[in-house]
Amino acid sequence: MGKRDVQEVNAGSMADIAFLLLIFFLVTTTMDTDTGLARLLPPMQEDQPDDTPPIKERNVFSVLLNSNNQLLVEGKPMQIEQLTEATKEFMENPMDLETLPEKKEVEVEFFGVQMLTKGVISLQSDRGTEYQAYLMVQNELQRAISELRQDLAKRKFGKEYDELEKEEQKAIRTIYPQKISEAEPKNIGGKN
Amino acid sequence: MAKFRKKKSGGQTAINTASLPDIVFMLLFFFMVSTTMKEVDMKVQISPAEATEIVKLEKKELVTFIYVGVPAKKFQSLYGSEPRIQLNDQFATVPDIQSYIAQARDNMKESDQPKMTTSIKADRECPMGVITDIKQALRKAAALKINYSAAEKVEVR
Repeated sequence: MGKRDVQEVNAGSMADIAFLLLIFFLVTTTMDTDTGLARLLPPMQEDQPDDTPPIKERNVFSVLLNSNNQLLVEGKPMQIEQLTEATKEFMENPMDLETLPEKKEVEVEFFGVQMLTKGVISLQSDRGTEYQAYLMVQNELQRAISELRQDLAKRKFGKEYDELEKEEQKAIRTIYPQKISEAEPKNIGGKN
Repeated sequence: MAKFRKKKSGGQTAINTASLPDIVFMLLFFFMVSTTMKEVDMKVQISPAEATEIVKLEKKELVTFIYVGVPAKKFQSLYGSEPRIQLNDQFATVPDIQSYIAQARDNMKESDQPKMTTSIKADRECPMGVITDIKQALRKAAALKINYSAAEKVEVR
Protein backbone atom coordinates (compact mmCIF):
# COMPACT_ATOMS: atom_id res chain seq x y z
CA MET A 1 0.00 0.00 0.00
CA GLY A 2 1.66 3.13 -1.18
CA LYS A 3 0.87 6.43 0.34
CA ARG A 4 -1.92 7.91 -1.76
CA ASP A 5 -2.47 11.55 -2.42
CA VAL A 6 -5.38 12.86 -0.41
CA GLN A 7 -7.99 13.76 -2.99
CA GLU A 8 -9.35 17.24 -2.59
CA VAL A 9 -13.14 17.54 -2.68
CA ASN A 10 -14.26 19.95 -5.31
CA ALA A 11 -16.03 22.68 -3.41
CA GLY A 12 -16.91 24.72 -6.46
CA SER A 13 -20.53 23.57 -6.50
CA MET A 14 -20.99 24.25 -2.81
CA ALA A 15 -21.69 27.88 -3.56
CA ASP A 16 -24.40 26.89 -6.03
CA ILE A 17 -26.12 24.70 -3.48
CA ALA A 18 -26.00 27.45 -0.91
CA PHE A 19 -27.38 29.94 -3.40
CA LEU A 20 -30.22 27.59 -4.17
CA LEU A 21 -31.10 27.34 -0.50
CA LEU A 22 -30.81 31.08 -0.12
CA ILE A 23 -33.19 31.71 -3.00
CA PHE A 24 -35.60 29.10 -1.66
CA PHE A 25 -35.80 30.83 1.71
CA LEU A 26 -36.08 34.26 0.15
CA VAL A 27 -39.04 33.14 -1.95
CA THR A 28 -40.88 31.15 0.69
CA THR A 29 -40.70 33.85 3.32
CA THR A 30 -42.28 36.48 1.08
CA MET A 31 -44.93 34.04 -0.16
CA ASP A 32 -46.72 34.19 3.17
CA THR A 33 -48.78 37.29 2.44
CA ASP A 34 -51.82 38.17 4.45
CA THR A 35 -55.10 38.11 2.66
CA GLY A 36 -58.59 39.10 3.60
CA LEU A 37 -61.73 41.04 2.79
CA ALA A 38 -61.24 44.78 2.79
CA ARG A 39 -63.97 46.94 4.27
CA LEU A 40 -64.43 50.54 5.26
CA LEU A 41 -66.09 51.32 8.56
CA PRO A 42 -68.43 54.28 8.86
CA PRO A 43 -67.01 57.16 10.89
CA MET A 44 -68.15 57.51 14.47
CA GLN A 45 -70.98 59.96 14.94
CA GLU A 46 -70.85 61.98 18.11
CA ASP A 47 -74.50 62.17 19.10
CA GLN A 48 -75.39 64.12 16.04
CA PRO A 49 -79.03 64.66 15.30
CA ASP A 50 -79.78 62.24 12.54
CA ASP A 51 -81.16 64.53 9.85
CA THR A 52 -80.45 62.35 6.85
CA PRO A 53 -83.67 61.31 5.19
CA PRO A 54 -84.57 57.72 5.95
CA ILE A 55 -83.81 55.27 3.18
CA LYS A 56 -86.88 53.78 1.58
CA GLU A 57 -87.61 50.22 2.48
CA ARG A 58 -87.40 49.00 -1.12
CA ASN A 59 -83.88 50.38 -1.40
CA VAL A 60 -82.53 48.32 1.47
CA PHE A 61 -81.44 44.73 1.07
CA SER A 62 -81.51 43.53 4.61
CA VAL A 63 -79.40 40.51 5.47
CA LEU A 64 -79.70 39.23 9.00
CA LEU A 65 -77.53 36.56 10.52
CA ASN A 66 -78.59 35.08 13.83
CA SER A 67 -76.63 33.37 16.57
CA ASN A 68 -77.24 29.96 14.98
CA ASN A 69 -75.64 31.22 11.74
CA GLN A 70 -78.99 31.22 9.93
CA LEU A 71 -79.73 33.74 7.23
CA LEU A 72 -82.78 35.94 6.91
CA VAL A 73 -82.83 37.91 3.68
CA GLU A 74 -85.57 40.46 3.15
CA GLY A 75 -87.64 38.75 5.79
CA LYS A 76 -87.31 35.26 4.36
CA PRO A 77 -84.96 32.46 5.39
CA MET A 78 -82.37 31.68 2.78
CA GLN A 79 -79.48 29.31 2.18
CA ILE A 80 -76.07 30.90 1.71
CA GLU A 81 -75.75 29.44 -1.80
CA GLN A 82 -78.67 31.55 -3.04
CA LEU A 83 -77.41 34.80 -1.59
CA THR A 84 -75.20 35.76 -4.51
CA GLU A 85 -78.03 35.47 -7.04
CA ALA A 86 -80.45 37.33 -4.78
CA THR A 87 -77.94 40.15 -4.31
CA LYS A 88 -77.31 40.40 -8.02
CA GLU A 89 -81.02 40.62 -8.73
CA PHE A 90 -81.39 43.30 -6.09
CA MET A 91 -78.53 45.38 -7.43
CA GLU A 92 -79.61 45.15 -11.05
CA ASN A 93 -83.42 45.14 -10.84
CA PRO A 94 -83.67 44.19 -14.51
CA MET A 95 -87.48 44.32 -14.70
CA ASP A 96 -87.85 47.60 -12.76
CA LEU A 97 -89.99 45.89 -10.18
CA GLU A 98 -91.80 47.86 -7.51
CA THR A 99 -90.28 45.81 -4.71
CA LEU A 100 -86.68 46.21 -5.85
CA PRO A 101 -84.67 49.45 -5.52
CA GLU A 102 -85.30 52.65 -7.38
CA LYS A 103 -82.90 53.94 -9.99
CA LYS A 104 -81.61 57.37 -10.77
CA GLU A 105 -80.13 58.79 -13.94
CA VAL A 106 -76.43 59.56 -13.71
CA GLU A 107 -73.94 60.48 -16.37
CA VAL A 108 -71.04 58.05 -16.32
CA GLU A 109 -67.84 58.27 -18.30
CA PHE A 110 -67.63 55.78 -21.20
CA PHE A 111 -71.24 54.75 -20.67
CA GLY A 112 -73.27 57.95 -21.07
CA VAL A 113 -76.44 58.36 -19.06
CA GLN A 114 -77.09 55.29 -17.00
CA MET A 115 -79.82 54.19 -14.64
CA LEU A 116 -78.02 53.60 -11.39
CA THR A 117 -79.46 51.68 -8.51
CA LYS A 118 -80.09 53.38 -5.19
CA GLY A 119 -79.89 50.08 -3.39
CA VAL A 120 -77.93 49.59 -0.20
CA ILE A 121 -77.04 46.26 1.35
CA SER A 122 -77.48 46.16 5.08
CA LEU A 123 -75.80 43.35 6.94
CA GLN A 124 -76.65 42.77 10.55
CA SER A 125 -75.26 40.07 12.75
CA ASP A 126 -75.83 38.85 16.24
CA ARG A 127 -73.23 38.87 18.97
CA GLY A 128 -73.24 35.08 18.90
CA THR A 129 -72.73 34.69 15.17
CA GLU A 130 -69.66 32.72 14.23
CA TYR A 131 -66.94 34.70 12.51
CA GLN A 132 -66.70 32.20 9.67
CA ALA A 133 -70.43 32.44 8.93
CA TYR A 134 -70.27 36.22 8.96
CA LEU A 135 -67.30 36.18 6.64
CA MET A 136 -69.02 33.80 4.26
CA VAL A 137 -71.96 36.21 3.96
CA GLN A 138 -69.57 39.11 3.37
CA ASN A 139 -67.85 36.94 0.82
CA GLU A 140 -71.06 36.15 -1.08
CA LEU A 141 -72.05 39.82 -1.16
CA GLN A 142 -68.63 40.74 -2.44
CA ARG A 143 -68.84 37.99 -5.02
CA ALA A 144 -72.19 39.29 -6.30
CA ILE A 145 -70.77 42.76 -6.80
CA SER A 146 -67.57 41.62 -8.43
CA GLU A 147 -69.49 39.31 -10.77
CA LEU A 148 -71.69 42.20 -11.84
CA ARG A 149 -68.60 44.33 -12.45
CA GLN A 150 -66.93 41.51 -14.33
CA ASP A 151 -69.97 41.01 -16.59
CA LEU A 152 -70.18 44.69 -17.37
CA ALA A 153 -66.47 44.89 -18.12
CA LYS A 154 -66.76 41.96 -20.54
CA ARG A 155 -69.86 43.42 -22.24
CA LYS A 156 -68.55 46.93 -22.61
CA PHE A 157 -64.80 46.57 -23.05
CA GLY A 158 -64.44 42.90 -23.87
CA LYS A 159 -61.82 42.51 -21.16
CA GLU A 160 -61.55 41.28 -17.61
CA TYR A 161 -62.23 43.89 -14.95
CA ASP A 162 -58.70 43.60 -13.58
CA GLU A 163 -57.20 44.32 -17.00
CA LEU A 164 -59.05 47.59 -17.49
CA GLU A 165 -57.57 51.05 -17.21
CA LYS A 166 -58.01 52.99 -13.95
CA GLU A 167 -60.70 55.28 -15.40
CA GLU A 168 -62.65 52.41 -16.88
CA GLN A 169 -62.59 50.58 -13.56
CA LYS A 170 -63.75 53.71 -11.84
CA ALA A 171 -66.69 54.07 -14.22
CA ILE A 172 -67.73 50.49 -13.54
CA ARG A 173 -67.35 51.03 -9.82
CA THR A 174 -69.73 54.00 -10.07
CA ILE A 175 -72.32 51.84 -11.77
CA TYR A 176 -71.99 48.99 -9.30
CA PRO A 177 -70.83 50.52 -6.03
CA GLN A 178 -69.90 48.37 -3.09
CA LYS A 179 -72.47 49.67 -0.69
CA ILE A 180 -72.41 47.24 2.18
CA SER A 181 -73.47 48.73 5.46
CA GLU A 182 -72.52 46.82 8.57
CA ALA A 183 -75.19 47.88 10.98
CA GLU A 184 -74.64 48.12 14.69
CA PRO A 185 -75.00 44.76 16.33
CA LYS A 186 -78.03 43.49 18.13
CA ASN A 187 -78.23 40.92 20.82
CA ILE A 188 -81.30 38.92 19.99
CA GLY A 189 -80.09 35.37 19.96
CA GLY A 190 -79.53 35.12 23.67
CA LYS A 191 -76.17 33.40 23.25
CA ASN A 192 -73.07 35.01 24.67
CA MET B 1 9.32 46.83 -18.20
CA ALA B 2 10.53 43.38 -18.65
CA LYS B 3 9.73 42.63 -15.04
CA PHE B 4 6.01 43.04 -15.56
CA ARG B 5 5.88 40.98 -18.71
CA LYS B 6 7.56 38.15 -16.99
CA LYS B 7 4.86 37.85 -14.37
CA LYS B 8 2.05 37.72 -16.92
CA SER B 9 3.57 34.88 -18.78
CA GLY B 10 2.96 32.65 -15.79
CA GLY B 11 -0.64 31.95 -16.91
CA GLN B 12 -3.91 32.99 -15.30
CA THR B 13 -4.13 32.18 -11.64
CA ALA B 14 -7.62 31.13 -10.52
CA ILE B 15 -9.13 33.08 -7.69
CA ASN B 16 -9.60 30.97 -4.65
CA THR B 17 -13.36 30.49 -4.29
CA ALA B 18 -13.22 28.20 -1.31
CA SER B 19 -14.63 30.89 0.99
CA LEU B 20 -17.54 31.77 -1.28
CA PRO B 21 -19.82 29.09 0.17
CA ASP B 22 -19.11 30.44 3.64
CA ILE B 23 -20.15 33.91 2.62
CA VAL B 24 -23.32 32.64 1.01
CA PHE B 25 -24.14 30.49 4.03
CA MET B 26 -23.70 33.52 6.20
CA LEU B 27 -26.24 35.39 4.07
CA LEU B 28 -28.53 32.39 4.20
CA PHE B 29 -28.44 32.23 7.97
CA PHE B 30 -28.99 35.94 8.19
CA PHE B 31 -32.19 35.71 6.13
CA MET B 32 -33.39 32.61 7.95
CA VAL B 33 -33.00 34.24 11.31
CA SER B 34 -34.24 37.71 10.46
CA THR B 35 -37.42 36.49 8.76
CA THR B 36 -38.57 34.47 11.74
CA MET B 37 -37.65 37.21 14.16
CA LYS B 38 -40.50 39.45 13.03
CA GLU B 39 -43.26 36.96 13.82
CA VAL B 40 -45.36 37.88 16.78
CA ASP B 41 -45.45 35.31 19.51
CA MET B 42 -48.98 33.98 19.19
CA LYS B 43 -50.76 33.69 22.50
CA VAL B 44 -54.16 32.94 21.06
CA GLN B 45 -55.10 30.03 18.87
CA ILE B 46 -56.28 31.05 15.43
CA SER B 47 -57.45 28.77 12.70
CA PRO B 48 -58.15 31.22 9.91
CA ALA B 49 -61.56 31.66 8.34
CA GLU B 50 -61.88 31.04 4.64
CA ALA B 51 -63.21 33.16 1.81
CA THR B 52 -62.88 33.33 -1.96
CA GLU B 53 -63.11 37.02 -2.81
CA ILE B 54 -59.98 37.97 -0.94
CA VAL B 55 -57.48 40.67 -1.70
CA LYS B 56 -53.83 40.71 -0.75
CA LEU B 57 -52.66 42.98 2.00
CA GLU B 58 -49.93 44.96 0.41
CA LYS B 59 -47.27 46.98 2.19
CA LYS B 60 -46.80 45.35 5.55
CA GLU B 61 -45.70 48.58 7.20
CA LEU B 62 -49.19 50.04 6.76
CA VAL B 63 -50.92 47.17 8.47
CA THR B 64 -51.65 46.80 12.17
CA PHE B 65 -52.83 43.44 13.39
CA ILE B 66 -55.41 42.59 16.01
CA TYR B 67 -55.60 38.92 16.93
CA VAL B 68 -58.72 37.40 18.40
CA GLY B 69 -59.09 33.85 19.59
CA VAL B 70 -59.12 31.41 22.46
CA PRO B 71 -55.94 31.65 24.58
CA ALA B 72 -53.36 28.95 23.93
CA LYS B 73 -53.39 25.89 26.20
CA LYS B 74 -50.67 27.12 28.53
CA PHE B 75 -52.45 30.44 29.14
CA GLN B 76 -55.89 28.99 29.70
CA SER B 77 -55.47 28.56 33.43
CA LEU B 78 -54.70 32.26 33.67
CA TYR B 79 -56.93 33.79 31.03
CA GLY B 80 -59.75 31.27 30.66
CA SER B 81 -61.08 29.78 27.47
CA GLU B 82 -63.21 32.64 26.24
CA PRO B 83 -61.95 34.41 23.10
CA ARG B 84 -59.49 37.14 23.97
CA ILE B 85 -57.78 39.94 22.10
CA GLN B 86 -54.05 39.96 21.54
CA LEU B 87 -52.24 43.16 20.64
CA ASN B 88 -48.54 42.85 19.89
CA ASP B 89 -47.28 40.32 22.37
CA GLN B 90 -49.82 40.52 25.13
CA PHE B 91 -53.42 39.98 25.98
CA ALA B 92 -55.55 43.08 25.96
CA THR B 93 -59.07 44.30 26.41
CA VAL B 94 -61.24 46.37 24.10
CA PRO B 95 -60.42 49.76 25.72
CA ASP B 96 -56.70 49.12 25.05
CA ILE B 97 -57.30 49.17 21.31
CA GLN B 98 -57.57 52.93 21.04
CA SER B 99 -54.16 53.60 22.53
CA TYR B 100 -52.70 50.71 20.54
CA ILE B 101 -53.99 52.21 17.30
CA ALA B 102 -52.81 55.67 18.29
CA GLN B 103 -49.35 54.29 19.03
CA ALA B 104 -49.22 52.39 15.76
CA ARG B 105 -50.23 55.52 13.93
CA ASP B 106 -47.55 57.58 15.64
CA ASN B 107 -44.92 55.11 14.53
CA MET B 108 -45.87 55.62 10.91
CA LYS B 109 -44.70 58.22 8.51
CA GLU B 110 -47.10 61.11 8.31
CA SER B 111 -47.76 60.50 4.63
CA ASP B 112 -48.69 56.90 5.36
CA GLN B 113 -51.07 57.58 8.22
CA PRO B 114 -54.24 57.95 6.11
CA LYS B 115 -53.47 54.66 4.40
CA MET B 116 -53.27 52.76 7.64
CA THR B 117 -55.12 49.46 7.58
CA THR B 118 -56.11 47.35 10.53
CA SER B 119 -56.32 43.64 9.96
CA ILE B 120 -58.57 41.66 12.24
CA LYS B 121 -57.24 38.14 12.50
CA ALA B 122 -59.91 36.17 14.23
CA ASP B 123 -60.49 32.52 14.81
CA ARG B 124 -63.19 31.06 12.61
CA GLU B 125 -65.35 30.06 15.56
CA CYS B 126 -64.98 33.33 17.39
CA PRO B 127 -68.35 34.99 18.11
CA MET B 128 -69.05 38.28 16.36
CA GLY B 129 -69.68 40.04 19.66
CA VAL B 130 -65.96 40.49 20.33
CA ILE B 131 -65.31 41.56 16.77
CA THR B 132 -68.15 44.06 16.86
CA ASP B 133 -66.68 45.56 20.02
CA ILE B 134 -63.34 45.84 18.23
CA LYS B 135 -65.02 47.47 15.25
CA GLN B 136 -66.66 50.03 17.50
CA ALA B 137 -63.32 50.74 19.19
CA LEU B 138 -61.68 51.15 15.79
CA ARG B 139 -64.38 53.58 14.73
CA LYS B 140 -63.69 55.58 17.88
CA ALA B 141 -59.98 55.52 17.10
CA ALA B 142 -60.77 56.64 13.53
CA ALA B 143 -59.06 53.63 12.02
CA LEU B 144 -61.70 52.99 9.41
CA LYS B 145 -59.85 50.89 6.87
CA ILE B 146 -60.13 47.35 8.05
CA ASN B 147 -59.47 43.95 6.65
CA TYR B 148 -61.15 40.76 7.77
CA SER B 149 -58.32 38.31 7.56
CA ALA B 150 -59.18 35.14 5.68
CA ALA B 151 -57.34 32.41 3.88
CA GLU B 152 -57.92 31.45 0.29
CA LYS B 153 -60.62 28.84 -0.11
CA VAL B 154 -60.76 26.40 -2.95
CA GLU B 155 -63.88 26.99 -5.01
CA VAL B 156 -66.51 24.29 -4.61
CA ARG B 157 -69.29 25.76 -6.73
